[in-house]
Order: sequence, then C-alpha cells, then structure tokens
Amino acid sequence: MIAHLPALQVVIPLISAPLCALLPAGRPAWLAAMAASWLAFLIAALLLYQVLAHGPISYLMGGWPIPWGIEYRVDALNAYMLLIVAAIGAAVASFGRTIVEQRLSLPLNKHPWFYTAYLLCLTGLLGITVTGDAFNVFVFLEISALSSYVLISVGRDRRALVAAYQYLIMGTVGATFILIGIGLLYVMTGTLNMGDLAARLPAVSGTRTVRAAFAFLTVGTAIKLALFPLHLWLPNAYAYAPSPVTAFLAATATKVAIYVMLRFFFTVFGVKFSFETMQLDKILLPLSLVGIASASLVAIFQTNVKRMLAYSSVAQIGYMMLGVSLVSVTGLTASISHLFNHALMKGTLFMALGCVSYRVGATRLERMAGVGRSMPWTMGAFVIGGLSLIGVPLTAGFVSKWYLIVGALEKGWWPVAALVLATSLLAVIYIGRVVEVAYFKPAPEGQRVEEAPLALLVPTWALALANLYFGLETSLNVGVARLAAQGLLGATP
Amino acid sequence: MKRYTIPRVGTKLLLPLILLFALYVQFHGDYGPGGGFQAGVIFGAGFILYALIYGLDNARRLMPPWVLRIGVSLGVLIYAGVGLLGPLLGGQYLDYAVLDARDPAHGQHLGILWVELGVGITVSSVMVTIFYAFAGRGR
Repeated sequence: MIAHLPALQVVIPLISAPLCALLPAGRPAWLAAMAASWLAFLIAALLLYQVLAHGPISYLMGGWPIPWGIEYRVDALNAYMLLIVAAIGAAVASFGRTIVEQRLSLPLNKHPWFYTAYLLCLTGLLGITVTGDAFNVFVFLEISALSSYVLISVGRDRRALVAAYQYLIMGTVGATFILIGIGLLYVMTGTLNMGDLAARLPAVSGTRTVRAAFAFLTVGTAIKLALFPLHLWLPNAYAYAPSPVTAFLAATATKVAIYVMLRFFFTVFGVKFSFETMQLDKILLPLSLVGIASASLVAIFQTNVKRMLAYSSVAQIGYMMLGVSLVSVTGLTASISHLFNHALMKGTLFMALGCVSYRVGATRLERMAGVGRSMPWTMGAFVIGGLSLIGVPLTAGFVSKWYLIVGALEKGWWPVAALVLATSLLAVIYIGRVVEVAYFKPAPEGQRVEEAPLALLVPTWALALANLYFGLETSLNVGVARLAAQGLLGATP
Repeated sequence: MKRYTIPRVGTKLLLPLILLFALYVQFHGDYGPGGGFQAGVIFGAGFILYALIYGLDNARRLMPPWVLRIGVSLGVLIYAGVGLLGPLLGGQYLDYAVLDARDPAHGQHLGILWVELGVGITVSSVMVTIFYAFAGRGR
C-alpha cells in the first residue's frame, strides 16, 4: 500500500466524508472524522519522509500515462504543505466533541453533516496540494471552497450566514478566474499536466492569450489567498465561523492558495516569465507592504479578538507574499517556512480563543477581562502563540521573520527590512491589548469562569509547544522550506 | 392540484416513462449521450414532478428523507470504493482494467458502469433533497 500513499492521502478523507454522514449523531461521527484526520496526518508524514529520502514521487491515476491521465506529483514543497494541512486537521479534529458541537447552530441530528463538510474540506485542501494536474487543482479548489462556505455558515452568530455568503461570492469569482486561466493555458498548449505545461509554455509565452491566463491566475489566486486589496471576505468569515472551523481554515485554506500561486508562478510559468517578462514582483511588493501595514493597524482597533486575529492573518499573508516578491532562495525560504510557522501560531491562537469562547461564551475583548487568572493554561497557550506571532526569539515566528529580513537585506532593501520590524511592533500592540485585559483587568462582578476542559487544552497546548519546538529545532520547518525554495527557483541544492 | 385532472392523470402516465428513460440514459451512457449525472437529474426530476402534483407529504411517503440520506452518501462510496478495487487487485487507484484479468477493456467498461451508477444515485438523491429543503421551508 506504500506505493499508493499519494492517492490514499486524498481518498481516505474522501471516503470517510460520506461514511460520517451515514453514522449516527454524537460520538461515532466525531470518532470517524478524527480517525480519518489522524490517518491523513500519518500518510502526509510518510510521504514527506519518502520524498526527503528518495526524491519526488509520481503517481498515475488509473494507470494512464502522463499527458493524458491525472498525475499526482509530490516533491519537497507539496509534501511540506501536505504535512501542514494534515497536522492542523488532526489537531483541530482532536478538539473534544461536545465543545465542537456546542459552537454549531445545527440541531443534533445534523451534526454528522458538519463532520462530512469538514472532511470534504480536508479532502479538497489535500487534493489541491498533492495533484500535478492543473484542472484537478480547480476541482479540488471547488470541493474545499464549497465545503468551507458550509463550515462557516453554521456558526452560532447569525452574521455567519452573511459572512459565508460574502465568501461564497468572492471565492466563486476567484475560482472562476483560476478556471479561465487554466482554460486559456489548455487552449494554447493542449495539456493540463503541470510538468508538461511548463515544457510547452515557453514556445507560446509571447502570445496575449498566455499573458491573459497569467493575469487571470494571478487575480484568482490573490482573491483566494486574501492578498491585500482582495482580502475583505476574510475578517467576517473568520470572525463568525465556529471556533474550530476558524482555527482550521485560518491555518490551512489561505496557505494552500499561496501554494497554488507558487506552483503556477514558479513551476508552470517559470521564474523567467513570471518575474522578468511579466514583472510580477513589482506588483506583489507594494501590495504586500501596504497589506502588512494597513491590516496590522486595523487589527489594533478591533474589539472582537477573533476579528483582530483575522486582520492579523491578512498582515501575515503580506509577509509571505513579501518573501515571494524577493525572488531569492532566502526570501522564498522565509515565505514557505512562514506558511508552516503561521499555521502553528494562528492554530494556537484560534484554538485558545476557542477555549475562551467555550467558557466565557464570547470573544469580545471586554468579556475577556480577568480570564488570565481564571483560565491560566488557556491564556498561557495564547501568550505563547502571541509571542510567536510577534516574532520573539525562541519561537517559530522569529525564524521566518529572521529569514525575511535577511532576504530583504541581501537585496539591499533597508526600508523593507525596517518595515517588517516596525509592523512586528504593531503586533506587540494588538496582542498586548488582549494580554492586558486578560491578566490585569479585574473580572466582572459575579462572573465565574473555570479553566477549559482537558479535551480542549491538550490539542491547544500541543500546537503551542510546537511553536516553541520549531523555534529552536528548525531542520524541518526551515530545512525542508529551503529545499522547496531551491526546487522552485531551479537551483541545484 | 386536487381539482386539476389532466396534470394528475398525465403525471401518472408520464412518471414510469420518465424513470425508465432515466435508467436508459444511465445504462446506455457507455455507448451514447448520457451518463450518471444526466440520468440522476432525470430520475430526480421524476420525483420532483410527483411532489409538485401530489404534494410534498405524499412525495415524502414515496421517497423518505432517510433513504435520500443514504443515497447521497452511497453514490460517493460506490465511486470511491470502485476506485479502491484498483490498488487491491494490483493496479493504480481508479484503474478499472484490473477488474477483469482476461479482458482489460471489459474491466474498464465494468468500472465505469459502477462509477456512473454511483454518480446517478448521488445526483438524483441530492436533487430531491434540495427540492425537499426548499419546499419544506416555513412549514
């Protein structure tokens, strides 16, 4: 079965999704979802191990040879992304059952459908990452997007419905643009396999059709990954979705969109076309800088902590795109390792907030007064995640920011490096506000809050400790990221 | 609709033909236009027509929601499950040629027949489920 791991990576969550729908509500459906998520994580870990040991894996769906059939191709970048998505999936699925279901606006007999939607979303995200076929990317993109609209809309706040609808409109526009781009490429080359596309595109790269395809793909993926002026769907969607869903989507969905962008710009179109002919870096650089600064500023003035972290996500996406716009091994290493580190820190923060909203019933800043004393473990995890978000040394967040600054200095871009440092101080302010309220404000009269149950604390702390671990031992998050960056830029390692 | 005789009688006459045509589109999909998706839509449309003419309650007696719930999931399971036979019989995932060891082309036929059946079951169940969900609003 080892040879079939790339297919099983997608098929196991895919088969578990309808199984979940058939199982009775309550424990069985939840257990099935958790088992599938952990199996997916195991497979992702095995795949990464195989890729690092033996090089890229190619799997032919149905045994059809490459230009005709769908190829699943796993190299260092894919395997790394698979591990991120599957690890966060496993951590979120381990959230206790009663806690997850308390946050849903569904009647009990519909709860299995929630797990079905979650597993389909996981299937889609893993599928986008593992496939080497451009059209297959679109199909999985739709699977993950449609299921994530459902996941967001079941939040207890009624505004979740509007947020999901906004996301649906923007997400559909994005997916359509991506489809148009892929269609134009297919018209010009007659192939959908990414490797084959890369080989055939240079011959026709001077045509307007290919340039239009490039533009459509750029805008489409930019909507999906919430690049600065196209990010407006994100804050509401993250703020009103159920907490476990927010933790899952914030840590995976936008990352996978960034992966799609990297794959198309670097592997399919090639560095020369994307950054010399089309000069994409000159667009990405200002957008990411403005995005970092403005989203960090907006985050400071939010009163809902979940919404604040959502804006902070927009800023963090800016850091990742900044690394891409440097077009150097160091810059890309920073971007790719930040995919990993940001998944860890946002996963921790949103899961800690999930604990808070479970006990306090809200994530508004004033309701968190005194929570630091009544829920020390929860807020401890929050502080670790916050420090990592700021980029304090010894945490994972420091590592990727370090490479980002080194990358900017390599190019001699002093102002960019200064801006990265300055915006980290903005993160100190917005995380600091939460810490101040939680630890130094007295709890409101008559509010009795207990520590979150273990079923919540264990997965939250697992991610929090991972933040510390990967801040010290960087052979996985930076080492593999560097390999992936070298692979993208075509440099020999 | 109780007083309109022509739609009621017309539906009774048409309904078996619609369902039969759906099955024809389903199983002739290998050789002519058609396949699981189209057949599922036609099959589902038959039940929707019944619900429009005879009312939602009668339709729910004919096709209870719990059957639909199983149908929605079962189709996907058939599709993905047939794909899994590939690795189990020594081929790749979704490789139907291994389903018949002596005649790979026949294996491909067999595989796609099952897959289309899965598609048909899921699509028809989803069609009727969506109709029930909309028609049942505000009750």
